[in-house]
Amino acid sequence: MSAMDFSAIRSRLAGSEGRLYWRSLGELADTEQFRDYLHREFPEQASQWNDPKGRREFLKLMSASLALAGVSACTKQPAEKIVPYVRQPEELVPGRPLFFATAIPFGGVATPVLVESHEGHPTKVEGNPQHPASLGGTDTFAQASILTLYDPDRAQTALFRGEYRGWGDFLIGVKDALGNHRVNQGVGLHFLTETITSPTVLEQISLIQKTYPQAKWHRWDAVSQASDAVYHFDKADVIVSLDADVFGGGPASIRYSRDFATRRREGVDVEHGGTEAAPAAKPMNRLYAIESTPSLTGAKADHRLPLRASEIEAAARALSGSGGGGTSFSNPNAQKFIEAVAKDLQAHRGTSLVIGGDYQPASVRQLARALNESLGNAGATVTYVAAGNAPADPAAGLRELAQAMDAGQVQLLVILGANPVFTAPADLKFAEKLAKVGLSIAHTTHPDETSVLCHWNVPEAHPLESWGDARAFDGTVTVMQPLIAPLYDGRTTAEVLSAFIDEQSGKSAHDLVKDYWTRAYGGQVGGFTITDSSGQPFKSAESFWKHVLHDGWVPGTGGAGREAGGAAAAGAAAGAAAATTPERSSNLDPRTSTTASAATGGLEIIFRPDPTIWDGRFANNGWLQELPKPITKVTWDPTAWISVKTAEDQKLRDGDLIELKFRGNTAKLPVAIVPGHPDGAVTAFFGYGRGVIGRVGQAPEDVAREFDVYRLRTSDALWFGSGLEISKVGRYVIARTQEHHLMEDRRPVRDANIEDYRKDAEVIAHMGEKPPRTMTLIPEWQYNGYKWGMAIDLTACTGCATCTVACNAENNIPVVGKDQVNRGREMHWIRVDHYFSDDLDNPKTYHQPVPCMQCENAPCELVCPVGATTHSAEGLNDMVYNRCVGTRYCSNNCPYKVRRFNFLLYQDWDTTSLEPLRNPDVTVRSRGVMEKCTYCVQRINYARIDAKREDRKIKDGEVVPACAAACPADAIIFGDLNDPAARVTKLKKLERNYGLLEDLNTRPRTTYLAEIRNPNPEIAPAPAARTTHD
Amino acid sequence: MSQIFHRSTNIWSKVSILGGLVFAGFLGWVVVTIAWSGYVTGQGVTVDQPVQFSHAHHVGSMGIDCRYCHTTVEESAFANIPPTKTCMNCHSQIWTNAPILEPVRASFRENRPLEWTRVHDLPDFVYFNHSIHVAKGVGCATCHGRVDRMPLMYQENSLMMRWCLDCHRNPAKYIRPRDQVFNMAYERPADDPGIGERLVKEYKIADARQLTSCSTCHR
Repeated sequence: MSAMDFSAIRSRLAGSEGRLYWRSLGELADTEQFRDYLHREFPEQASQWNDPKGRREFLKLMSASLALAGVSACTKQPAEKIVPYVRQPEELVPGRPLFFATAIPFGGVATPVLVESHEGHPTKVEGNPQHPASLGGTDTFAQASILTLYDPDRAQTALFRGEYRGWGDFLIGVKDALGNHRVNQGVGLHFLTETITSPTVLEQISLIQKTYPQAKWHRWDAVSQASDAVYHFDKADVIVSLDADVFGGGPASIRYSRDFATRRREGVDVEHGGTEAAPAAKPMNRLYAIESTPSLTGAKADHRLPLRASEIEAAARALSGSGGGGTSFSNPNAQKFIEAVAKDLQAHRGTSLVIGGDYQPASVRQLARALNESLGNAGATVTYVAAGNAPADPAAGLRELAQAMDAGQVQLLVILGANPVFTAPADLKFAEKLAKVGLSIAHTTHPDETSVLCHWNVPEAHPLESWGDARAFDGTVTVMQPLIAPLYDGRTTAEVLSAFIDEQSGKSAHDLVKDYWTRAYGGQVGGFTITDSSGQPFKSAESFWKHVLHDGWVPGTGGAGREAGGAAAAGAAAGAAAATTPERSSNLDPRTSTTASAATGGLEIIFRPDPTIWDGRFANNGWLQELPKPITKVTWDPTAWISVKTAEDQKLRDGDLIELKFRGNTAKLPVAIVPGHPDGAVTAFFGYGRGVIGRVGQAPEDVAREFDVYRLRTSDALWFGSGLEISKVGRYVIARTQEHHLMEDRRPVRDANIEDYRKDAEVIAHMGEKPPRTMTLIPEWQYNGYKWGMAIDLTACTGCATCTVACNAENNIPVVGKDQVNRGREMHWIRVDHYFSDDLDNPKTYHQPVPCMQCENAPCELVCPVGATTHSAEGLNDMVYNRCVGTRYCSNNCPYKVRRFNFLLYQDWDTTSLEPLRNPDVTVRSRGVMEKCTYCVQRINYARIDAKREDRKIKDGEVVPACAAACPADAIIFGDLNDPAARVTKLKKLERNYGLLEDLNTRPRTTYLAEIRNPNPEIAPAPAARTTHD
Repeated sequence: MSQIFHRSTNIWSKVSILGGLVFAGFLGWVVVTIAWSGYVTGQGVTVDQPVQFSHAHHVGSMGIDCRYCHTTVEESAFANIPPTKTCMNCHSQIWTNAPILEPVRASFRENRPLEWTRVHDLPDFVYFNHSIHVAKGVGCATCHGRVDRMPLMYQENSLMMRWCLDCHRNPAKYIRPRDQVFNMAYERPADDPGIGERLVKEYKIADARQLTSCSTCHR
C-alpha cells in the first residue's frame, strides 16, 4: 500500500457535511489501490473474465466443473456400524443433550457456565442464566475453552526429565523430595501459582503452611484478575473509566456489560421510544473514558479523552481536585474535559462511579476509591471488599522467588499453572535462575516454556474435566464438576497439592472437593453461611451438595459473604504479595510523568495483554487466534498501535515492521495505525512469540518469533514506561479483516444523541430510505406459523465478539489460517464490523454484529442455479449444503457479504481428538459448498419438535441462537414476529429500529436498534444528525 | 462436381445420430437404475450382523413392543439400539447357553459393546427425527415395513428423498391413529376414506409448505 496522505484525509473529513463513517484509513484515503481491492471479492477467478486469453480457460473450467458437479452424487454410502452401550446410563437419552453447571476459571476467577453434553462429550459452553455473576452471558475465553479441552497438543502424561512416568511415580517422587523438608520445616520449599480463589485449594495451602511453616508461597499473574472492587453499573448514572477496560473480556466484564447495557436501554426506551411525552424510566447513563490504549470501553464511551498511560494518574488527581491547576497534559483538550467530567460527577453524588484501571498503578485505583468515597458512591455503585486481593506490586512475589533461586535457596519448586519462563518480567531472568533449583515440578495443561525446563511435568486437567471450586468476580462460589473423565492423565491442582498433605494423599479431586464442602456446610471451615436461594437451610449435606452442583453456585457466598469467607483465606495465602495501604506507584512520579516523555526522550511504551490470546495461554486455540481483535480486526499476529500523528512523525505505515528498544531489550512488531491512540506512545501487546507451542500457535515466519513483547516488560514498568525507541526494519503482512466485506459507502451505522432522539423519534428512520412493500413484483410470503426475526441492539453491543466465537462452537465452523484470512476467506458466520467517524485523532467508534439478514426478498435465493438456498415456511433463508455446487453466485449477490464459501477443505478431518468437539446437530461442511448463518435452525427445529409433541406453541425465549445466548450484554434478541407479545416484536416497533441497507429492498429479518449516545453538551457540541440519505 | 460423400453417408449419419441419442438414453437408464437400485440404496438387502437377531421371533412370535428395545423413539431424534443389558434381561434366564447368543454374553461379560451394522442409514446431511413422526401418527411399519415378519432385518424402503417427499407432500395418505403407531398389523379401514384428512387435522400436522421446507430436514 502506498504512503498515506493524512492531510488529504483530514481535509476530506473536515469538508464532509454531517458525519462520515469509515472502516479503515485506506477507505478514507480512497486510493486507486483500495478501490481496486474493494471490487475484487474473488480476485483470482473473476479477473480472468477481463483478460481475453484467460476467458477461454475460465469458461472451460466452469463448464467442466458444472458437468462434474452432478457426478459427485454417484457414490454409494459406505456401510456404517451402530454401536449401543453395554449398560446405558439412565438419564441419558441419545439425541437429547444434557446441560451441566460448572465454572471455567480465568486467572483464578470463575466464569460460571452451563455446558452442553452430547452422549457424554461436551460440545458447547453456554452461560448460566441464574448465576448472579454472569446472568447467562459468557466471554470469548469461556466459549473458546471447549476447543482447548480437545486440543491434541495438550500434555498427556507425566514426564520426569523427558521420560514417561505415571501418577504413582510422581507421588513417590514428591514423597522422597519432601523427606528433608519435613525435618527443616519447609526451608527451600517454594510454590508459585497464579491467583487462586478456590476455597478447597486455599485450605490446602494453609494446611501445607502449617506442616511446613518456612515454605514460601509466591503469586504471579502476567495480568491479574483480582480486584478489590465490585461495580454496580445498574445504579450508576455517570461512569468515569480511568484506563479501565471493563467490557474487554474476563469474568467481571460479563456482568458489567449486562448491567451497563440494561441501564443504557432503560434510559432510551420506554414503551415506544422515550420521547418527551413519555420520558424514559431512568435517566440515560453517561460513560466517560479517560484512557490510553483504545479499548472497548473507550469505544462505548460517550466521551473519550486519549492520554498517555503515564498521564492517567495526573488526570485522576485533577479529577479529584487534588492535582493543582498547573498540570499540563499532552492532549490540549484534557483540561476542559476533566473539568466538565468533575462537574458531572459532583452533580451525581451517590450515583456516579469512578473506576481505576487494572493496567494503572495501585495509586490510581486508590485515587478512584477516595473519589468514590468522597462522592458517596461507596456502598451504592461500588462495593469495596477486603484489601489484599490485588497486590500493589504484582511482581513482588516473583522477584522474591527469583532472588531465592539465584541464591541457591530453592530446593523444591512447585509451579502450578503459571508460565513464568515466558511471562516473567525480563529483568528477573527467570529462565536462567530456574536452572539453579534442586527439583522443579511444573503443572501445566500444555508443554510450555516453563515445563520444558522443569524436572517433573505433570499434565493439568482442563476445567471441563475437573472437580474443583472457584469464586466469581463478586465472590460467588461455584463448585466445578467435570463434563467428561480426563481425556489424558491430567490432574487438578487439588490433587497435586494433596501429594504434599499426608492426610489427603491419594484422594481423588471429587473426594477432596466434596469433603471440603461437607465441612463448610457444617460450619467447620470457610466461615460461610450456607442457605438455599430462598434463605432456608438445606435439609442435609447431601441435599446441599446436589443442589449446588445442579444450580451452579453456592448461595450466600457473593458480596458480603465474600468478605467473611474468602478474604481471610486469600489474605493468608497471598504470602509475600500481601498489600498494605498502597502508596504512590513504583512507576514514574506522576508529577513529572506528564513531561517525562519529553524529558527522557523517546516514546512511551504501553503494555497490554493481547485481546484474544491474552497473556499467551490461548496461542494454540485456533478460534481465538482467528478472532479479529477489537478495534484493528487483526488476526493471527500482534501489532504495535500508534496514533495517526505518531505515524506521520515517524513516517510509518500500516504493516511496517518496527523494532522496539526499551531499557536495553528489543522486540519486533508490525505497526497498526489506530485513530484515537494517544500521541507519542506505542501500545505493544504481549502474548505472541511463544517458544514452545503446539501446531496452531507456531509462528508462520521466523520473524514472528521476535514478537515476544515480554522481553521488553520489566518489573518496574509492568504496564507503561518512557524511553522507547522504534525504528523501521522491514515490512510484514498482517491478516486483517477490517476491509473485508465492505458495504461500499452506504450508511450501515445509524446513531443519534438522546436529546435529538427524544425531540424527534423518527430521526433514525429518516437517515435512510425504506422502500414501500408494494415495490416488488414478487408476491409476499405468507407466514401462518412462526415468523422468526432478530433484533440487534447497538446501544447494548460492546463489540466483544463473543457472538462470533459462540457461533464457531455451535456450528462447527472451521479455522482457515492466516494466509486464507488474508484473502478474505475467514469463515465466521457472524462478524462484528467496526466503524469510525468524526475526528481522526479521537474518533467515535461503532460496532455492528452482522449475521445473515435472512432477507424476505433475498437476492441470494433468486440466483442459485440448483436451488440450494430456499425460503422456508417460517421465514428462514435455508442453506442446503448437499445441493450446493459452488457457483458462488449467491455470495456475489448478497449485499451484506454474509455468505462464506469453503474454498478449500478447511475442516480438519484427520485430528481424531477434535471429533467429539463437533456439534452433531449441524452438518460438517466439506469443500465447495456455501454456508452462512441459519438463525441456529437446529435449535429452532429442536424446540419446534418438542413443542409439537407437547401440543403447544414455542414460548418466547425458548429458542435462543448461540450468538444471543452468549452475548454478555444481551444485545441480540430473537423470537417469533407473529407473536405480538414476544420481546423481539416489541423491540422492532421502536422508532430506532432500522434495517441494514434496507433501501435495497431486501427486507432483512435481522434489524438493528440504532445506537443512542448521551453526550455532555459542555464537552463538545454534538454533530448534527445526518438526516438525508445521499 | 462429384459428391464428396458417398450416398450411404445419409443413412449412416441418421443412424449414428439416432443411435447416439438412443445409446445416451440407454446409458442414462443404466445409471439411474443402478443409482435407484438396492445396491446403492440398500433396499431389500439383508446385511450381516454379529448376532442373527430375529425380529420375526421377538416381535412377531413373542409380541415384544418396539419400544422395549428402541426406548427413546418417542422423545428423541434417535430411536436407540438396545444396550447389551436389554438382551441380557431375558437371556440371563432363558437360552442362557445358546451358542448363537455367545457374542451377547461375551459383550456383557467383557463390557465391550456389540457392533451392529446399520440397516437404515441416512446421509449425514439429513437430520431425521423419530419422535415427531411417532407423535404425529406415522406407524413404525409405514417406513420400516413388517418388521414382525423379518427373520433377519433388511431395509424395506429405499429411503431416498423422493420417497420421503411422497408422504411429506401428502401426509393424509399414510397417517394412522396414534394408538396404532406401534401396531405392525394395522391396515387402513376400507370403509373410512376420509380418515387421513381427518387425522391430519386432528393431529395438527403442518401443511406441505412447512413439511417440504429444506431446513426441516437439512441443516
